[in-house]
Amino acid sequence: MNTRTTHEPIIRMVNIEKHFGSVIALAGVSVDVYPGECHCLLGDNGAGKSTFIKTMSGVHKPTAGEILFDGKPMHFDDPRDAISAGIATVHQHLAMIPLMSVSRNFFMGNEPLKKIGPLKFFDHDLANQVTMEEMRKMGINLRGPDQAVGTLSGGERQTVAIARAVHFGAKVLILDEPTSALGVRQTANVLATIDKVRKQDVAVVFITHNVRHALAVGDRFTVLNRGQTLGTAQRGQITPEELQDMMAGGQELVALEESLGGTI
Amino acid sequence: MSQTAQSQTVSDERVKEMSALRRALIRPELGGLVGIVAVFAFFLLFAFDSGMFGSQGVMNWSTVSAQFMIIAVGACLLMIAGEFDLSVGSMIGFSGMMIAILSVTLGWPVWLAIVVTFVLCIAIGALNGYIVIRTGLPSFIVTLAFLFILRGFTIYLPQTIERKTIISGVRDVAEGDWLASLFGGKILTGFFTWLGNAGLIETFERGTREGQPVVDGIPMLIVWAIALVVFGHILLTRTRFGNWIFASGGDAEAARNSGVPVSRVKILMFMFTAFCACVFATCQVMEFGSAGADRGLLKEFEAIIAVVIGGALLTGGYGSVIGAALGALIFGVVQQGLFFAGVESSLFRVFLGIILLFAVILNTYIRRLITGER
Repeated sequence: MNTRTTHEPIIRMVNIEKHFGSVIALAGVSVDVYPGECHCLLGDNGAGKSTFIKTMSGVHKPTAGEILFDGKPMHFDDPRDAISAGIATVHQHLAMIPLMSVSRNFFMGNEPLKKIGPLKFFDHDLANQVTMEEMRKMGINLRGPDQAVGTLSGGERQTVAIARAVHFGAKVLILDEPTSALGVRQTANVLATIDKVRKQDVAVVFITHNVRHALAVGDRFTVLNRGQTLGTAQRGQITPEELQDMMAGGQELVALEESLGGTI
Repeated sequence: MSQTAQSQTVSDERVKEMSALRRALIRPELGGLVGIVAVFAFFLLFAFDSGMFGSQGVMNWSTVSAQFMIIAVGACLLMIAGEFDLSVGSMIGFSGMMIAILSVTLGWPVWLAIVVTFVLCIAIGALNGYIVIRTGLPSFIVTLAFLFILRGFTIYLPQTIERKTIISGVRDVAEGDWLASLFGGKILTGFFTWLGNAGLIETFERGTREGQPVVDGIPMLIVWAIALVVFGHILLTRTRFGNWIFASGGDAEAARNSGVPVSRVKILMFMFTAFCACVFATCQVMEFGSAGADRGLLKEFEAIIAVVIGGALLTGGYGSVIGAALGALIFGVVQQGLFFAGVESSLFRVFLGIILLFAVILNTYIRRLITGER
């Protein structure tokens, strides 16, 4: 695990600050992500997790600070720039469009084209074929590539989104609370997908506020609280209880946890 | 290749096989197709002898349907992209009036008047879209404002300049103009003369035009309608941009996150809707030879109704240009058919309300089928 830190990080976020009017959402956050690691970003609601990953994926521009991608400073004007650089985001609820077919969703924003004379058309045959292939690899049986995403379960939708990102050559995959709305078995599927993706040397940034999900797949853990990092820990250097305490940012939870029998 | 992929797929016991009926039901055009069959069956039964299915009758309802189709194509793509345009009717009145004022009152060449009007109207469409995107307001409200603004100018301008609300004389100045003939002319006139001579279609039996066919060609209006439907359908189903239209209307945020330029797509669709309204207005002005301040009244709603009958969802993200065209055809056939059948024409509105209600209920049901919501 530690050998990974000898590589160059694929993405370095240095002292990122983001202000929304008078609200300081991020007050100098630094995180490095290495290829092939699953970097968990933990924090309670309002800690700045979403703002941080939106900065990483080009949705927000940082007020101050620097983003180094593959060692070079990057300035993303919009998410398309970040996507073409190889940073893909799978959002909590906003990953897929339920009314559209799986294959249209899979290629949304990256439609394969075929030329007929001077005109370019959406290559549906190729899109359908690739979609079926990729879905089978991830263990999802589709009725057909024209099946609407709305008929898939939450876990399957996340898996489609992850498969899509990896297919399009993501070097950094940002997962924004992919497991928060899922059942136990679906969560296990998504975590297994993360593991598969990591083995392909993709850097995974896994945002969650569930410590158990984080510990199940994470290599390193960074805790955000009120717009600042509380430090990064290696796997094995930190206990679930310590992580939980850091996220909650205080000791109140300890008393509560005792009365609940340690189930949080 | 896909054959082997199919056979390798292990069937999941929890994925129910879909019946052919259910599969057909989730096609957006289904409602429109059923409607067409019902409407034609009805009028074939009750109005067959009225001349509705003679050459002149066919041309009559085809022309009316083509008018609906032109604006329905624009409204359809815009609705699938998740927005409405209520200013279509006023845009029709406004652009017709602009052409008349520029060509008749100011004496510009007709082609220049048409080009300038198109540019102006498409710019207004872009402004509509820009305001909707920048403010985040519902397009319903923004375009409602433009409904009044444009209608107001359409009445004010001719009143101030000419002291009347109808400007005529366009046909005289448009005589021989190359661009005007693209909107007001007819094609296949030779073919129709041949049909008339061969006795296949009705010809005039008396008068100065004796021997000539009653229907002497296909108006450019119908050509435009077909061209726009074909263009819209291919754009929507066969291109990358079409996928972006679906995505923008289905979930703008998700589309944006996937790198779809949602704002550009929506603004372009507003511009396309304005373009369609302008085509409608130009054809109408060339046909009537005049522009009136009340032209295009209520057309925005008729366009939206045709689109909804055609299976599009009011909430966006789902629909079909072919469906919208079928909706427009139902519209035209019923409106003119009731006239041929000798039914009181006010009943058309009753029919319209009822069919709209049915279409929306059916669409909501179909949406549940597609997304598996309960």
